[in-house]
Amino acid sequence: MACISPDGKPTESGSKMLRALKAGLSAPEEVAKETGMPLFRVRSGLRELTEAGLAKQKGDKYELSEEGAKLIK
Amino acid sequence: MEEIKEQTGHMPRIGEPAPAFEVVTTHGKLKLEDFKGSWLILFSHPADFTPVCTTEFIAFSEIHPELQKRGVELLGLSVDSVSSHIAWVRNVEEKTKVKIPFPIIADLSKEVSLAYGMIHPGQSKTETVRCVFIIDPNQIIRTILYYPLTTGRNMDEILRIIDALQTTDKNAVATPANWRPGDMVVVPPPSTQEMAEERLKQGYECTDWYLCKKKL
Repeated sequence: MACISPDGKPTESGSKMLRALKAGLSAPEEVAKETGMPLFRVRSGLRELTEAGLAKQKGDKYELSEEGAKLIK
Repeated sequence: MEEIKEQTGHMPRIGEPAPAFEVVTTHGKLKLEDFKGSWLILFSHPADFTPVCTTEFIAFSEIHPELQKRGVELLGLSVDSVSSHIAWVRNVEEKTKVKIPFPIIADLSKEVSLAYGMIHPGQSKTETVRCVFIIDPNQIIRTILYYPLTTGRNMDEILRIIDALQTTDKNAVATPANWRPGDMVVVPPPSTQEMAEERLKQGYECTDWYLCKKKL
């Protein structure tokens, strides 16, 4: 898991993406620009964060889940 | 014949859609579609902790910034575990101070190796040869290179191919032998007699009607 550690917490790159979602960015391209991460990593990372329940997918866009919001303060 | 096919898998061709995959890499789980919109160089190496492969990984890392400027991502592959890949890239960094910035597929099941025809049993039945697949932003295979186990790849040629493909796509031209960015490009050959005659009046540098070059 690239964005979630074995203990269930987001990694540094996972946290970066969650913070970008908290800031209101929703498209993978916007998150990539904000975080400076390659787009392919953001796409796979957002998928992983969604599977872990920390983000929600709506079409091509993403948003922070309640669970994700608790981790990013 | 069937036995050879079983060992080698499908041999993809230029102009075909790149076979889809979902894989475990040193950067997490990735799908081919994650690279949509970018150029992608998918390359295989025979094995981790081997000398020629190590020189190639250092060389790929050195051209990584140039590839990034051209909108190209790199993705390595071998039939090794992700733990082996991680140990190897850490070792390369420790010994040579070169950080490997791109992901590497752990293709223990050989699913991707077989889908891309990376195993050539005449060389090795268990290791991938040195393949390079250049895949465009629409995920169409645009170039395939195969090198034997004993010959390390030429990064300069890989960059040159990327430049040539991007120039071709942008300008609807072709590139002559040994072309380099800034050199004249080849105007596509005319398909009618009228076009052939018109061409000679257009100020191109023509050897004859079928071989005309121009500056971009």
